[in-house]
Amino acid sequence: MLIKDSRQVISLFIIIGLLIVLCVLPHISSAYIVSLFISILYFTSLATSWAIFAGPTRYISFAAAAFIGIGSYTTAFLVETLPMVFVIIIAAVIGFCLAAVVGLATLRLSGIYFVIFTFGLTELIRQLVLWFEINITKNLGRYIFSDFGRPEIYYGLLILCVLTFVSGYILHRSRYGIALRTIGDDETVARHSGINATWVKVVTFAATSSVMSAAGAIMAPRWTYIDPHIAFNHIVSFEIAIMALLGGITHLFGPVLGVIPLVLLLEFLSTTFPHYSLVILGLSFLLIVFLLPNGVVGVGRSLMKLFSTSGDRGPS
Amino acid sequence: MNETTLLQVSGLKKAFGGLVAVNDIDFHIEAGEVLGVIGPNGSGKSTLLNLITGETKKDTGAVKLNGNDISAMQPHQICRNKISRTFQLVRVLPTMTVEENVMVGLLFGSERKNFNECRDEIARLLSTVDLGEKSGFLASQLTYIDKKRLELARALANQPILLLLDEWLAGLNPSELEESINLVKRLQESGITLVIVEHVMHAIRSLCDRVFVMNLGQKIVEGTPDYVLSHADVVSAYLGDESE
Amino acid sequence: MIVLEIILNGIVLGGMYALIGLGLNFQFGIARIINIAYGEVLMVAAFCAFFLYTIFEINPFLGLLIILPVSFVINWLFYRGVLVFLVRRAKGVQDILEKDSILATFGLIFLIQGVVTLVWGTDFRKYLYLTDGVPIFDTIFPLNRLIACAVAIAIGLITYLLLKFTRSGTALRAVAVDPTAAQITGINVQKYNALAFALGGVLIATAGVLISMYLSFEPSIGMVYTMKALIVVILGGLGHMLGCLVGGIILGVAESLGAYFVDPGLTLAINYALFILILLIRPKGLFGVN
Repeated sequence: MLIKDSRQVISLFIIIGLLIVLCVLPHISSAYIVSLFISILYFTSLATSWAIFAGPTRYISFAAAAFIGIGSYTTAFLVETLPMVFVIIIAAVIGFCLAAVVGLATLRLSGIYFVIFTFGLTELIRQLVLWFEINITKNLGRYIFSDFGRPEIYYGLLILCVLTFVSGYILHRSRYGIALRTIGDDETVARHSGINATWVKVVTFAATSSVMSAAGAIMAPRWTYIDPHIAFNHIVSFEIAIMALLGGITHLFGPVLGVIPLVLLLEFLSTTFPHYSLVILGLSFLLIVFLLPNGVVGVGRSLMKLFSTSGDRGPS
Repeated sequence: MNETTLLQVSGLKKAFGGLVAVNDIDFHIEAGEVLGVIGPNGSGKSTLLNLITGETKKDTGAVKLNGNDISAMQPHQICRNKISRTFQLVRVLPTMTVEENVMVGLLFGSERKNFNECRDEIARLLSTVDLGEKSGFLASQLTYIDKKRLELARALANQPILLLLDEWLAGLNPSELEESINLVKRLQESGITLVIVEHVMHAIRSLCDRVFVMNLGQKIVEGTPDYVLSHADVVSAYLGDESE
Repeated sequence: MIVLEIILNGIVLGGMYALIGLGLNFQFGIARIINIAYGEVLMVAAFCAFFLYTIFEINPFLGLLIILPVSFVINWLFYRGVLVFLVRRAKGVQDILEKDSILATFGLIFLIQGVVTLVWGTDFRKYLYLTDGVPIFDTIFPLNRLIACAVAIAIGLITYLLLKFTRSGTALRAVAVDPTAAQITGINVQKYNALAFALGGVLIATAGVLISMYLSFEPSIGMVYTMKALIVVILGGLGHMLGCLVGGIILGVAESLGAYFVDPGLTLAINYALFILILLIRPKGLFGVN
C-alpha cells in the first residue's frame, strides 16, 4: 500500500513540475521553441482526445480534420465580433452537436461504416463549405486578423490539454469510464448488463470531437489565412491516429509518447524531404500495426511484466 | 394466464430472410417455476432467448412481463426490468478482474449501485457461485467452468426476477454437473424464476417443473419432464439423440 | 426529354459503379477483409493505363490484358503475405481484426499515393481515347463512356454466371454465406478467401482502366471510389452480386438527378446523403439477409 501511495505522490510531483515549466516556457525561450511546443500541445490535445474514444471502443475515426476545420472557420467568422474565449466555446459546442448527429447515425453499426463515414465527413463538410463560400458569401478564403498571438495560442492550447487530461482521468475512474471499458471488452455483455451502449459511445465521441473543434479554433489565428482546402486537410486526421497509436491508446498518457517523436519527425521531414511525407506516413502506419500493435505503452507493459517478480493475477 | 404468470409470450415470430427461426410461439412462465426449453440444434431456442432479451427484434407477437409488453425494448432496458441471462458461448469481460466483472453487473443493473455500496455485495455474489478466492484474477485466465460461474454471478448482480440460462450446464463433467444443478436449485429456492435451455436431459429431469420442446421454430410438446421426454414426437425430433 | 437524358446518364454512370461495388463484394463479402485501400487499386490501374497508352501507345483494352493479371497477383500476394498474418494474430476477435485491417490498409493508402505522387506528381492526368460522340435520344454520349459501361455490365454478368454455374463459383458463394459450414463440407476456405480477394482486385482494376478512358484522375481519387463502392454494396446488400447492379444504378441515377436539379458541385454530398439514408433505414441493403 505504501509503495502505491508514494508512486502516486511522485507522479503528482512530476506533473506539477512539468506544468510549472510549461507555464513559464514562453517567457524563457525563443520563438522557435514556443512554436514547437505549440505544435506539441496542439497534437497532444487532439491525439489524447482521439484516444479517449478509440481506446476503449476500438472505433477508428478519421473525422478529426472535419472538427478542426469547423473550429477554424468558427474563428474566421467570429473573431472580429466576439472575444476569443466565446469563439472557442462556440466552436466546441458546434463540434459537439455535429459529432452527436454523426455518432447517432453510425455508431450503432460496425467499425468499417464508421471509418468510411468519418473520412467522408471531412470531404463532405469541405465541399459544403466551399459551395457555401463560392455561391453565397462569394469568398474563397478568409483572413483572420486578431490580437490572439503566439503566447495566447500557447496558453490556450495548454489549458485545453490540461482540461483534456483531467477529464480523461476523471472519466476513467468514473462509472462512465467503466461502462466505456465494458463496451470495449464486449458490447453484448455491456448492453445486457444495463448499459445503453449507443448513448455512451455517442456522448464520448461528441465530447472528444468538441475538444478537436476547440483546438482548431485556437490554432486558426496562427494560420492567418484559411480556405476550405487548408482548413479541412485530411492529413491531420491520419497524423493524429498514428501519433496516438504509436504511443498507445490504452493509457491516458500514451498518445503523448507518440506525439513528441512524430512532431519532431514531421518538422524534420517538412524541411528536408517534403515530398516523401506521405510515403513515410504510410510506412509508419504499417510499422505500428505490425510491430507495435499496442504502441510504446504496450512495449512498456510487456517489459514491466518481464521484470516483475510475482503475478498476483492468475491461477498459480 | 393467471395472476402468477410472470412472462406471457404470444404469437412470437422471427424470420431471417427466408429462414423462419421462431414460428408463432405461445407460452407462459409461472412465477417461481423452472421452465425447461429443449430441442434439436437449429430449433430456434437461442433466437427465442434473444427475442425475449431484446437482442433480436421480433417480426410480430408480444412478450408481456407482468402484463407489460417488453417486446420492443432494448437489452439494457430488459436488464433494468430485472431479466438476466447467460450466453451459450460464455461471455466474460477479458481485460477486467473477476471482481470488476461482477461490479459491472451491480453498477448498471436494476439496482444501479454506487462504487462504495458494491464491495459486500460482490463478495456475497462470488461466494454464491464459489469464486470467492479468485476475486483478483483476470477473467480471461479463468477455467471454462469458472467463467460460467462468473457469468452467472454477473447475471445475479442484477437481482433478477427472471433468469435465462442458455446451455449453462453444457460441457461439465459429472461432479461439476451435480454441483451446478444444486446451485440452480438454490437459485430457485431463493425466489428467482428460471428458464433453462438445455441438451443435458438429466438436468432437465432434476430441475424443471415444466418443459416445452421446440423443433423448427415451433413448440411441439409441453408438459412435465417425464411426459415430454418419453413423447414419441420429441424422440423422433431428436432422432434418438438423448445426451446424458 | 431532359429527365430521360438524366436517367440515361445515371444508368451509364451506374453500370460502372456496379462494377466498382462488385469487387468490394468479393473482398469484403467473401474474404471478409476490410480493405480501405480498395480505391487505390483503381487509381493505380488508371495511371498504368495512362502510362501504357501515352508512352507505349497500347490502347486501354489491350492494356487490360497486362494490368488485370498483375492486379490479380499483387492482390493475392497481399492477402497471403500480409492479411493472413493479421487474421492469425487477431485470434478470432473480430474487433481486433477489423481495427488492424483498417489501419494496415490505411497505411497502404498513403504508401501507394505517396509512390504514385513521387512518380507522376499531383496534377490531374487525362488521355483521349474513343472520344467520338454517339447520339442517343437527342443526347450525345461519348463512345468511351458507353463502351466502358457496356464492358462493366458484361463483366458483371460474366462474374454472376461464373459464380452460379462453376464449381469454384459455388465454393466462393458458400464461403460468403458461412465460412465455417463451408469448411466442414470440405472447401478449402483459405484458398478461396485468397482467390476472392484477388478477384476483387481484378474487378476494381478493370474499373480503373475503363474510367481512365473518360475521366481525369490524380493520386488522391482512390478514397472517393472506395466510398462509392461501399455505398453500392450497402445498397445492394453485402454478398449480393445482383444487388450490386441495382445499387450501382441507384447511385448513378441519384448523382445524375442531383447534379441537374441541385448542383453538380455537390455530388459528394449526394453520395453521403444516400449513405446515411441507407444506414439509417435499411443497413442490410435492399437484398441483404441478416
